[in-house]
Amino acid sequence: MAGEEIRSLTTPLSDADIESLRAGDRVRLSGVILTGRDAAHKRLIDLLDAGQTLPVDVRGQVIYYVGPSPPRPGMVIGSAGPTTGGRMDSYAPKLMALGLKGMIGKGARSLPVREAMQKYKCVYFGAVGGAGALLSRYIKSAEIIAYEELGTEAIRRLVVEDFPVIVVNDAQGNDLYEEGRKQYAQE
Amino acid sequence: MRTIEAQTITDTIVRLCMEANYNLGDDMLAAFDKALAKERSAAGRGVLEMFKENAQIARTQRLPYCQDTGFVICFVDLGQDVHIASGLLEDAINDGVRRGYTEGYLRASIVGDPFNRKNTGDNTPAVVHTQIVPGDKLTLMVMAKGGGCENRSKYKMCTPAEGVEGAKNFVIECIRTAGPDACPPLIAGVGIGGTFERAALLSKRSLFRAIGEPNPNPELNALEQELLAKANKLGIGPQGYGGDTTAFAIHINTYPCHITSLPVAVTIECHAHRHKEAVL
Repeated sequence: MAGEEIRSLTTPLSDADIESLRAGDRVRLSGVILTGRDAAHKRLIDLLDAGQTLPVDVRGQVIYYVGPSPPRPGMVIGSAGPTTGGRMDSYAPKLMALGLKGMIGKGARSLPVREAMQKYKCVYFGAVGGAGALLSRYIKSAEIIAYEELGTEAIRRLVVEDFPVIVVNDAQGNDLYEEGRKQYAQE
Repeated sequence: MRTIEAQTITDTIVRLCMEANYNLGDDMLAAFDKALAKERSAAGRGVLEMFKENAQIARTQRLPYCQDTGFVICFVDLGQDVHIASGLLEDAINDGVRRGYTEGYLRASIVGDPFNRKNTGDNTPAVVHTQIVPGDKLTLMVMAKGGGCENRSKYKMCTPAEGVEGAKNFVIECIRTAGPDACPPLIAGVGIGGTFERAALLSKRSLFRAIGEPNPNPELNALEQELLAKANKLGIGPQGYGGDTTAFAIHINTYPCHITSLPVAVTIECHAHRHKEAVL
């Protein structure tokens, strides 16, 4: 696992950015990121399967798996922590093939997704699940750009500043969850 | 016979939904501190510190602790000398959920049908479990149950021959397979005995006991402590980044069961353990 140093990265992410990251690296992300979870992913992949173009360009982008709570008046967004990434496993490789460079979620990804991350150069960042109130502070603007009727599951364009994440799966095949567990297991 | 107006139930549910989502219980905050004192993993300690800061922001800003403001599970203990006037109990509860979630800026997370999956828009309906109890009081216990952890809940019909070892192995297996997905550190609510559905209900209800409060049954208390120690040797740690704190608590409820059966249900609950109750 990597040291205590915290990396700062700004989106869009390049292949060089991705190749420099290792599982366990703590990263502060700034710039534009997209949101999308179950329902939006299903729609995107249905479009791809039908040979149509997507309403968003995912090249170089990071998708944050989040369904925020509604903002109070005057606020940018409500609570906005990650949802379980594994539910997007069946969709993610197709987006990586289009140039998606990062995903933010929590929880383990399947082997096919981790293999696709190596093939297409993509990383999976973990954000702290259940820390939605705290994480919302790093989100500076939020705007719905597709599927407004999906409510919390709509695709949003967020501008984030120093959003705290940790690299769970890198493009070399390492997995923070496996390494972390091995280090502390006493079985 | 004592009369309670349905409107009073609705108003109470509004308040409980909001409070549960904004104000994490003192027992959870104490559990974070206790874990911080023992956790060897620096990443794990960082996560626990974030939980504390998150709880503070949620409380002071009246922002939900977690954006998944949950499925509302409501255990109702209805005194048999209570008459509910001017409305139906479940309608009163659902009205309270509707208002609490809309007025409280809480997320609507419920789809009206498991297959067409259209969001109901106001987080209704709740899941209501009512039991009739002696007396003239009405107790409302509300939990905002997160979906990510609920998805890792499991059931096993053990055989009597498997016994307590079988039950123990299954609980640990549930925590192991929940892994990092269910936002550890976790609380496992365990229901043992009864039938298929009774075991699940026992497991849910056990989650309303305060963290750190011993099981009133000394044998079950010892079993809980043994399982907690085992869970915390799995190495999963806070958020699955590796560490000594995989679970904050194991709660066990039991019930008599059939000579053929040993039902074991495990509800997985995350650190966003949000519940409040009121007695009317």
